[in-house]
Amino acid sequence: MPKYLLIMRGTDESNAAMMADIHEMMAKTRQFIEETVKAGVLLAAEGLDDPGQGVVVDFSGEAPVVTDGPYGETKELFGGFFMLDVASKQEAVEWAKRVPAAPGSKIEIRRVPGDDEVPQVDE
Amino acid sequence: MGTADVEAVWRIESARIVAALTRFTGDFGLAEDAAQEAVAEALVSWPLASPANPAGWLMATARRRAIDAIRRRTALQDRYALLATDVAVDSAVDEEIDPDKIDDDILALMFVSCHPVLSPEARVALTLRVVGGLSTEQIARAFLVPVPTVQARITRAKKTIAAAGVPFELPPAADRRERLGGVLSVIYVIFTEGSTATSGDRLLRPDVAYEAIRLARTLAALQPDEPDVHGLLALCELTAARFPARTGPDGSPILLADQDRRRWDFSAIRRGLAALAKASTRGLGPYGLQAAIAAAHASGPSVEATDWDRIVVLYEALGRVAPSPVVELNRAVAVAMASGPAQALAIVDELIALDRLPGSHLVPTVRGELLARLGRRPEARAELELAARLCANQRERSVLLRKAAALS
Repeated sequence: MPKYLLIMRGTDESNAAMMADIHEMMAKTRQFIEETVKAGVLLAAEGLDDPGQGVVVDFSGEAPVVTDGPYGETKELFGGFFMLDVASKQEAVEWAKRVPAAPGSKIEIRRVPGDDEVPQVDE
Repeated sequence: MGTADVEAVWRIESARIVAALTRFTGDFGLAEDAAQEAVAEALVSWPLASPANPAGWLMATARRRAIDAIRRRTALQDRYALLATDVAVDSAVDEEIDPDKIDDDILALMFVSCHPVLSPEARVALTLRVVGGLSTEQIARAFLVPVPTVQARITRAKKTIAAAGVPFELPPAADRRERLGGVLSVIYVIFTEGSTATSGDRLLRPDVAYEAIRLARTLAALQPDEPDVHGLLALCELTAARFPARTGPDGSPILLADQDRRRWDFSAIRRGLAALAKASTRGLGPYGLQAAIAAAHASGPSVEATDWDRIVVLYEALGRVAPSPVVELNRAVAVAMASGPAQALAIVDELIALDRLPGSHLVPTVRGELLARLGRRPEARAELELAARLCANQRERSVLLRKAAALS
């Protein structure tokens, strides 16, 4: 069945708003996780560290170039994810609407294609 | 919002709404009817105007329909009762749903849907509808039966529950284990329908198997201390992990020996092994043993490098806790791999002598394979042709006929 990745995208402002009330946000997130587990749809969930602590490996040149800090000039940065095993894209959307998220942040929903959709290499 | 959006919200909310309404009205049939009316209304009104809070809208509408039904019912009886019920239902449902209580209510809903007074078909239909949140049409599609058949099963089931006075509660401690077994077997029947379709032109129906896995996950979350629940979940996950490799591009079945193991779903295997570990805390039950067999296959890098001795031992254990001719037949297949086809053939011939699996295509299928390995080609061919005649799945039948032809 279709798996969907709910990608949390926060801005500096939304991350600040989230940090201002981090305990409430964590409690709500735990509750959301519990609900998805009991519904039988949660496969994985993780939250990421501050993008400023990240490292980028850039393959533009001949050799990979490593830089510290957040990825590119993007305003919205990947902050965490939920992997859901749901019946339809619409159900993924419904769950996404229930994710506790700080004002200003966004959730991108991406489908994980099944093995049968990946072109097979003949050997 | 379109039909698919309404269905999506309903899937998430169905069990909670039916459970809460049953708790407050004390009438499962009434609660289910009211919930269905709410969905029907949502299908008409949401495309025109989306509610701000779809879940709340469904609960409020279902509650109103339940109160309407109670009014109609009590109008001719006791007007004092009407007032009392009205106030009780209104205030009770208005309260925020208590998360601890709702878990027990959803569990009670599973126990009612799988109650032994119901026919096996009704248990499956009711569980998928009220716990899984599937529509009658979706259930009919899953089980390849006409929609009116599913409707009739659900209507009759609700009447039976009312007539038998089945209470909306968790079974008493003395019956708990047995009733839990009943719920597990309903989930397993649904899974099996998806993993080895009994009829039709497709071998696998992953969408049907998915519903069972989802129900098993819910049950495991609500009953985390029951090893058998984790055993069933492990069995489903580990079996489903092989789905991507089990059929060829044309939908024809690929036997375990010929499967491309790189196509197995390794995250499903990981989930299955984790569930199996939880199932092992107090000794494995029938589902756990089958899961352990599936795990032995999943851990084998190839058919040859699989621990067949372990699989034989597991089948022996399974044959003791849950004796069945199908288990014996599978044990024969494992024995053939561990010790050779001659010993396996003796097990199969005993099954035939005792007429333990009359009319099944599986016995001649296995016997044919064993005879072929022993070099007894004409006999092998006759067995495989017999198997093809008995087999109801078109995909499997054509594979059997191809094998038989290869032996001439």
